[in-house]
Amino acid sequence: MTEYKTVFGSLDSYEKGRIEIIDDDPKHYAFSNVFEVANKSKAYEKVAVALNQQYALEVIRAEGDSDWFVCDHDETILCMDGEVRVEFVKPDKALHSDGADGSHPIAGVPAGKPMGHVLLRRGHQALLPKHSAYRFSAKKTSVLLQQTLNGPLTKQRWASICLS
Amino acid sequence: MSTTDTTVKSSPANEHGYKSFELGGFKFHRDEFFVHVTWPTGTHLMSVDTFLRALQRDCAWNFFYGTVNFDHVIGTINHYGNVDLFAGKFNDAYRTAELDHLENFPSEQILGTFREMLADWTNAGYDPFASPAETAAPWGVKNGDNTAAITRQRVAATRMVGVKGDEKIRSDESGYPVNRMFADVPQDEPEVHIEPGFESEIAAFNLFAYLSRSDVTWNPSVVSVVKESLYCPTTEEYILPVVHGNDRVEWFIQLSDFISWDVQDRDSGSPRAKVIMKAGDVAAMPADIRHQGYSPKRSMLLVWENNSADLPALIASGKAPTYPINF
Repeated sequence: MTEYKTVFGSLDSYEKGRIEIIDDDPKHYAFSNVFEVANKSKAYEKVAVALNQQYALEVIRAEGDSDWFVCDHDETILCMDGEVRVEFVKPDKALHSDGADGSHPIAGVPAGKPMGHVLLRRGHQALLPKHSAYRFSAKKTSVLLQQTLNGPLTKQRWASICLS
Repeated sequence: MSTTDTTVKSSPANEHGYKSFELGGFKFHRDEFFVHVTWPTGTHLMSVDTFLRALQRDCAWNFFYGTVNFDHVIGTINHYGNVDLFAGKFNDAYRTAELDHLENFPSEQILGTFREMLADWTNAGYDPFASPAETAAPWGVKNGDNTAAITRQRVAATRMVGVKGDEKIRSDESGYPVNRMFADVPQDEPEVHIEPGFESEIAAFNLFAYLSRSDVTWNPSVVSVVKESLYCPTTEEYILPVVHGNDRVEWFIQLSDFISWDVQDRDSGSPRAKVIMKAGDVAAMPADIRHQGYSPKRSMLLVWENNSADLPALIASGKAPTYPINF
């Protein structure tokens, strides 16, 4: 019986695809690779790799402890490589303006009630529930993909990450 | 109050055992190998395999986003409440020869006919959602049915799979064994520690393991929702059975393995690009293209959609761009 090998990418091992243009502009496809983006990012920068109106997907290079973040809407986080712990706190009071899109940093450790934590490895996806505070911790460099909205922390550097 | 006529117009079984169907001026007839489609200005023949796999997805997706081309002639356009059924609309030669034809139907009417056609024309053992390597063939005279395969419940999480009260994760016990091509995918689940009172808030699951247990191909299903942002991952093997014409920008994130996409102009079908995606690649599909994917080995693809009902009109009017990013 054939043994199939499933190919996932990682920071250390990935092979980027390509666009073969026939009659178009490669920029129209905004083609990038999450591992390449993470390799070029600073720890916990939130670099957009996909944008659809107000919605964004951000690549995060997880390394050590992040700041704490809060958000007024649900978000999700998908571990693409490595191992990342996510810790949650229910803040005693709202920590940023209601209704603002995307995740927001907060200074220091939020006062509030511990909600729990999750430990994510490759392929694991977690909910980042609205109105909670969370932070990431990674003992070794890891890669996350965040489903969120375009917010104050979203970095757009398309010319340097996309095929053109 | 007006009511929609959802009566299915069908005729008794023909010499091959299959019913024939009518939708407005369109007529559909099946024999052992082919589907015959006729309309007031033309006729068309499709392999029953190709036709049923496209028909299955059009039914399950409630006509999806934009255009579902069954092939280079036949297809549907979703207007979200009503649906165009067309022949030759997106084919330059048919339009030039004035052989193209289009009729609009309430969604319930066309869905009712399509579902009955799918049920009557799908024989026992044939699963139009499955990889061709994992199903019996659709050929021959009428031979039973496969209701369970064609009426699968589509996954549609409201927050995320695994959240309390939401869609469940997959397991052997729930009837989702690991697919033969994903036997090497780790099945470990994340460690989840929840303080009392937050059982509905803290959740995590193994998306890759979840996808490794999918029993269908080319069938995006919603696993997480952030307002109108939908993660719709899917497992792909062989060829996307439809050519999807976009009415909005959508994004692909290749989670594993490899897919090659043929991208054409949405209206003319003229080739524009080939997009070759490997694990970790991200690419947009612009709002004015049609695309068809080829996956040599079963792969995991994250389709990311903006579900906003306003987008098609905004893009058609030029108020929203056809391309996602200007750089």
